Amino acid sequence: MDFFTIVQLGDASIRMAIPLLLACLAGLFSERAGIFDIGLEGKMLAAAFLSAAVSFASGSVWVGLLAGIGISIALSIVHGLASITFRGNQLISGVAINFFAAGLTVVIAQGWFAQGGRTPSLSGAARFDGIDFPGALTRVREKMQASPGMQFYSEFVSGHSILVYIGLLSVPLTWWILYRTRFGLRLRAVGEAPEAVDTAGISVVGLRYSAVIICGILCGIAGAYLSTAVQAGFTKDMTANRGFIALAALIFAKWRPWYALGACLLFGLFFAIDNRFQNIQLQVLWIMVILIGASAAMVLYAIKREKIDVIVLGGLSAVLTVIALATWVGSTGEEAGLVAALFETVKVPSQLIQSLPYLFVVIVLAGFVGKAIPPRAGGQPYVKER
Amino acid sequence: MNAPAIELKGISKAFGPVQANKDISISVMPGTIHGIIGENGAGKSTLMSILYGFYKADAGEIYVGGNRTDIPDSQAAIAAGIGMVFQHFKLVQNFSVLENVVLGAEDGAMLKPSLAKARKQLKSLAEEYELNVDPDAIIQDIGVGMQQRVEILKALYREADILILDEPTGVLTPAEADQLFRILRRLKQEGKTIILITHKLREIMDITDTVSVMRRGEMVGSVKTVDTNPADLAERMVGRKVLLRVDKTPAQPKDTVLEVRGLNVTDAQGVHRLKDVSFNIRAGEILGIAGVSGNGQSELLEVLGGYEKATGEILLNGEAIDLTGAHSDGQSRRNRGIAHVPEDRQHEGLIMEFSAWENTAFGYHHDARYQKGALMDNKAILADAQEKMDRFDVRPPNPMLAAKNFSGGNQQKIVVAREIERDPDLLLVGQPTRGVDIGAIEFIHQQIVALRDKGKAILLVSVELDEIMGLSDRIAVMFDGQIMGERLPSETDETELGLLMAGVTDTDAPHSVKEIEDNLAHAGTGEKV
Amino acid sequence: MEKMPKWADVILVPVVSLLLAAIISVIVFWSVGQNPWEAIKLMAFGAVGTSDFLGYTLFYATNFIFTGLAVAVAFHASLFNIGGEGQVLVGGLGAAIVCLFIPWPHWTLALLAGGAAAAVFGALWVTIPAYLQARRGSHIVITTIMFNFMASGLLVYMLSDALRPAGQMQTATAIFPEATHLPSLNDIAGLFGSELFGRSPVNISIFIALLACVGVWLLIWHTRLGYQIRAFGQSESAAKYAGISAVNITMIALLISGALAGMMAVNNTMGINTPQLVDNAAGGAGFIGIAVALMGRNHPVGIIIAALLFGALYQGGAELSAATSIPVQIVVVIQALVIMFTGALDQMVRSPIEGLFMRFSSKAVKE
Repeated sequence: MDFFTIVQLGDASIRMAIPLLLACLAGLFSERAGIFDIGLEGKMLAAAFLSAAVSFASGSVWVGLLAGIGISIALSIVHGLASITFRGNQLISGVAINFFAAGLTVVIAQGWFAQGGRTPSLSGAARFDGIDFPGALTRVREKMQASPGMQFYSEFVSGHSILVYIGLLSVPLTWWILYRTRFGLRLRAVGEAPEAVDTAGISVVGLRYSAVIICGILCGIAGAYLSTAVQAGFTKDMTANRGFIALAALIFAKWRPWYALGACLLFGLFFAIDNRFQNIQLQVLWIMVILIGASAAMVLYAIKREKIDVIVLGGLSAVLTVIALATWVGSTGEEAGLVAALFETVKVPSQLIQSLPYLFVVIVLAGFVGKAIPPRAGGQPYVKER
Repeated sequence: MNAPAIELKGISKAFGPVQANKDISISVMPGTIHGIIGENGAGKSTLMSILYGFYKADAGEIYVGGNRTDIPDSQAAIAAGIGMVFQHFKLVQNFSVLENVVLGAEDGAMLKPSLAKARKQLKSLAEEYELNVDPDAIIQDIGVGMQQRVEILKALYREADILILDEPTGVLTPAEADQLFRILRRLKQEGKTIILITHKLREIMDITDTVSVMRRGEMVGSVKTVDTNPADLAERMVGRKVLLRVDKTPAQPKDTVLEVRGLNVTDAQGVHRLKDVSFNIRAGEILGIAGVSGNGQSELLEVLGGYEKATGEILLNGEAIDLTGAHSDGQSRRNRGIAHVPEDRQHEGLIMEFSAWENTAFGYHHDARYQKGALMDNKAILADAQEKMDRFDVRPPNPMLAAKNFSGGNQQKIVVAREIERDPDLLLVGQPTRGVDIGAIEFIHQQIVALRDKGKAILLVSVELDEIMGLSDRIAVMFDGQIMGERLPSETDETELGLLMAGVTDTDAPHSVKEIEDNLAHAGTGEKV
Repeated sequence: MEKMPKWADVILVPVVSLLLAAIISVIVFWSVGQNPWEAIKLMAFGAVGTSDFLGYTLFYATNFIFTGLAVAVAFHASLFNIGGEGQVLVGGLGAAIVCLFIPWPHWTLALLAGGAAAAVFGALWVTIPAYLQARRGSHIVITTIMFNFMASGLLVYMLSDALRPAGQMQTATAIFPEATHLPSLNDIAGLFGSELFGRSPVNISIFIALLACVGVWLLIWHTRLGYQIRAFGQSESAAKYAGISAVNITMIALLISGALAGMMAVNNTMGINTPQLVDNAAGGAGFIGIAVALMGRNHPVGIIIAALLFGALYQGGAELSAATSIPVQIVVVIQALVIMFTGALDQMVRSPIEGLFMRFSSKAVKE
């Protein structure tokens, strides 16, 4: 892997990370205020569609962006109604919003544009183009032959759309709002102890609505980024589960902005690797080491605990071990004996590579990567005592 | 004569069918400490929450400094110079002291200047009132006493002239309580008005200038503290209510049923809840555990009931009970013949959404008589429920109705019927008559005595002293996780028990506040381990 | 006393929610230039207009009964299993393996074994999320969503590699052996000389679905386990008092839920006209199960009614999209609205109705 490949990978990671990051920060505002939001996905999707549609109609991507933000805020307010005003189940509301967006975007897209649930291709002012920094090289061939510093500057630093830079800037901005402003203090307080906010004479409802509206704005930008910067138009289900990954990143980041950046870049890297290396070969030996190592670790963990741990983790270990052995035996051939088979290489199924981010999310949620303590009042509607 | 700092006129408040405050009037002069005393549930906290704008009164007027003031929310209370320290602190656990103080009282949109100003202010407040707190400490890392100081500082930072403290010593160790009282006296010297809500006589006598007594949502009267004494206050608090004399013959205790040896419980927060508790109960005997709530009685019931782990030894009919292993759950306890009327019927004893008949089987859903092959015999349960409800006179006698639709007394009857009818060797009873009307109280008491007379052992936990006195054959008093002593009802009185409940074992010096204080200072325990 | 009569809670509230959903759907039709009345007529005809269409409606309803029951059982324990989609797919793998690799003499045996395998596979797929919820407190909603993605990855891998016969283009298993084909209702009608249900795939598994309803009804309201599941779902603190193990109930409720979702695979693999396991076999049924359970108030009878309704919607929506330019996703929109109104905004619908009843009853008392 040469340096330029690494730079390209980094560049792709950032591109993949930005929508995750914006959605993650959106979730951060909402959850820090005590409102769970699994509807990030739906808000992004709705925003992706409407910003593409309005960009196309108006010819201005900025108008499109505003429209995207608008619809995302509208859905946020619906979520607010359900979870703040009517004290409903926040999970169910989020799920409903996801389905609503998934269905409605396609129905409306078909109704308006009749192109099979997508918007027409955007071009020119109806799209966010990359911004080339002064002196940056733009052609791949030139970049490949340039010095490492120039490669880094041209490929990694320069050439992204404005939304990428906005996304990156929103990290320090979020941090600043959260930890340096009165609003941030109150926001953090209302997710931890709404009764403290209430007795201090501040409106819990007002704060929580502000939080979900900010969440809407950020989801709106994330969605617009997908359909007007990454792609030139909306396609069905184009958010591709980013909303859920963003939630996992948020937990991984323990609801802190800078860590959110790190977590999202990590997930971005996963996706970049997945896109770039469809064909990963691994030596059987390594597969054995990874799978049997994981099995052994799980068994060791379980054995000191209760029966249920032994059953579940032991069973899982057995499955992994069987897969490892099957791979080994499967690689033996006419010319390769059992030992030689260890050094054969096998192709890792591309579906497995694609599933890695999801698997990683589960591992994160299992709490084996540091314990995440969510905002104390998260998910519960605020009711005064009695 | 200047105007009262606070005057309430005709305050009423109902929560659904419960009248928490009935036409209450009260007047507090500036620069004094005014106590409001009453039993649990007398409506003290509700009244003060109304004054602080946390609840809205149904009727009545509030005057602050002589001016009629509307207090629709906490903001208005703060603006009127009222600060409140709630019984359950309203602090953000993962914020620093400084952030908690500033929250809601920031100067501008930016935090830094507010924090800087608050830091300075805290320093001067600390000097003025001897309220030293590290402004950068995180709340969850500091002790309860410190957290309470933060609450007081919050109020002072908002320039409160009137400070309400709701049961402030309930969570404090005696040493911490003493410290708090020093601070309150200091605040009074500086001209602040303080309202102290408590159910502890000692505190009233110790620190207040005037005192108001509340009973069952009503104001009984206000007096100068120097003109009264604990016995008088106790009488007013409890009222000359109908003496609930329980018809019972002297106990005829037989073999020991329950033996508890050296029981210790440390909760998740690391607080030592039970300290070396030992006692025993014999068949045909009611052991009453008296004590101010929160002194380990709940934990004792939970351990015996099987849903709290503990160290130590419990023998039932001479055989050890598993306290930590696979058999330390409610099911195993029931199988061993321990029935349990829990303290909190709404969150433990009953499933409020379940119908009455389903609740009849709750906890006993494994009973053979409720099974029909692989299924539950719902008909049998229903018939059983109907029969029990009739016998216990549960109204309405409709087993199909959800538990939440019964009144408190009838809910409790459903629980008591379920547990007593099991014919247990040992019955655990926690607060059997909390929130229960008088008719039901008598009935429930009779049932408990009847079970005793059948030769069963009964452990009764109650914060109602007259219930303990009336029902028990032997009384143990708990304070701070320990058993302070055992008394026979015939050989003791409420005064002696009250002192034991306050941690005083030296009964020769009953009324000297000074000596009580000394004893309490030496009893100092309850800190984190 | 009760705020309103039971019938209002069970019938009136869902119907009002449904009406609200319908009103918004009408607005959606308008906004895409479709005459709502025409659309509704087309959907209604598409759902029940012919015997074929009715068959399809019943076929989809069968799916939704399984997934609706799955969601409902978890709901009774206050758990939200949103992983039905993945559990259906993996259940399909179980059914496919059993049908493809074991030579069954008769469809009855294949049905039993296939159903059992589908249930076991579905339950296995929820085991890890259930375990993580029970023991580690990991959020069941997010973990099951992740397992949905992984299930579709696993399925695509199996269907494009291990289970795909050589030379076949389609990402699917081979067609199952003849002996495992489940009789369709049309076959059964044929015995009586009727042509009912035409070429629709509705098959014998609809009876399995109804049996599952009876099973769930017995389980939840007539067994100890169901009693414990409901008690735990209503009040964790009370369950603790009664000695009901939170870990065990969480695990068991979710495993049953996964098994029910998995069993849907019998209908959509062994039951279809060319019995095989195809890519995207679940077709969103796992998610529709959420709407079905919410609307059916987690009761089997309600679930059957809601499943029929959604079956009709699904089939009617398909016919609508064939006849007009409205895509099938209109069903997803309606499904979302039903979830929103019957689930999250329940209080918004309920409060005014309760208020109305209170007003009437207090008036009645006065008079």
